[in-house]
Amino acid sequence: MEILYENLLGVTWQMVVMWAIGGILIYLAIAKDMEPTLLLPIGFGAILVNLPASGAIEPLTTLFNAGIANELFPLILFIGIGAMCDFSPLLSNPKLMLFGAAAQFGIFFTLCMASMFFDINDAASIAIIGAADGPTSIVVAQKLGSKYLGAIMVAAYSYMSLVPIIQPPVIKALTTKKERQIRMPYVEHEVSKLTKIMFPIVITIIAGLIAPDSVALVGFLMFGNLIRECGVLGSLSNTAQNVLANLVTIFLGITIALQMQAEKFLTLNTLLIIALGLVAFVVDTAGGVIFAKIMNLFLKDGHKINPMIGAAGISAFPMSGRVVHKMALKEDPSNFILMQAMGVNASGQIASVIAGGLILGFFLH
Amino acid sequence: MFFEPMNFVRNLSYMGLGMLGIFIVMAVIIIVTVALDKLTSKKDGGKSEQ
Repeated sequence: MEILYENLLGVTWQMVVMWAIGGILIYLAIAKDMEPTLLLPIGFGAILVNLPASGAIEPLTTLFNAGIANELFPLILFIGIGAMCDFSPLLSNPKLMLFGAAAQFGIFFTLCMASMFFDINDAASIAIIGAADGPTSIVVAQKLGSKYLGAIMVAAYSYMSLVPIIQPPVIKALTTKKERQIRMPYVEHEVSKLTKIMFPIVITIIAGLIAPDSVALVGFLMFGNLIRECGVLGSLSNTAQNVLANLVTIFLGITIALQMQAEKFLTLNTLLIIALGLVAFVVDTAGGVIFAKIMNLFLKDGHKINPMIGAAGISAFPMSGRVVHKMALKEDPSNFILMQAMGVNASGQIASVIAGGLILGFFLH
Repeated sequence: MFFEPMNFVRNLSYMGLGMLGIFIVMAVIIIVTVALDKLTSKKDGGKSEQ
């Protein structure tokens, strides 16, 4: 009886707030279908680790050390993501990769913003929320030894699921109706199987030579893509895309929640990190759109780019590409820019990983 | 946490270097991808407009 009282008296208001936050994450995952594969385990984990004398802390710490402290889980997850990525629209029109680069502006802008409040390694870890890519955020924050991994992960995955809400108003604010109606005839260019096979290998070598710190991220992503494209590992590709990615995601989500213990999470810093994450997403979107508008200044009529596709360079693959496509259809139901948007979106996936590698190159050594 | 507005200006160099770096890497990837496609594609091209 005494133990029961002790446990009940051990409940603090901070724990109750964390239960509420966990409940909200579970609600968003189930009722609103917002990144349920991650928000649900994170939400449940947030409750689990905020019980008095929680016996779950020890096994979760073991999982954390086994899979996140050494960046193993996010890297394995990248094999699955690589296997899911179809780079054909990108290979068909490689120039689209420039938009993927432009849409990483939010990361570096947020780095400057965050450095006003946090030390430079934490600022860089917060800025990488703008990569709109969970595994990259985990690897960068972990390698840089950030104290705010939990808040960074919650912000990254929440904003990724909120892309359909965050991006449209930013795109609309920066473009005219006429610009949003620009048509981009899609020239289908058959990409050879050899190119599709060579692409992941060559990208890994280039990334390794130019940005060595990105090679683990790029390498695992491209390994997954090579499994997909080689044509002889259909079963492995299927496993990487489904079973492997799902299995790692289960452990990743609940293990991340270890960082959501009330005393670590309920701080003013968390609110600030969530606000800075939003800045990163908004400025990323704006960067892509403005870059497309600048390019249009130099392009002749008939060759102009629908600036909305610049926003798809944010990564958040494939959601951002679909958002842009839907917006174009809303402006003009006969304007199909899906392939271009998906090409830019795939380039954003590559660019965000390289941005992560550059950030590590700046601050890890 | 602290508030040091001048850090924004001090770290602008990372913004410049980061964006320059990412454009350089992506430009190299574009060049290599185009070269790869030219080397491996069939002579007939296979283009069609939708």
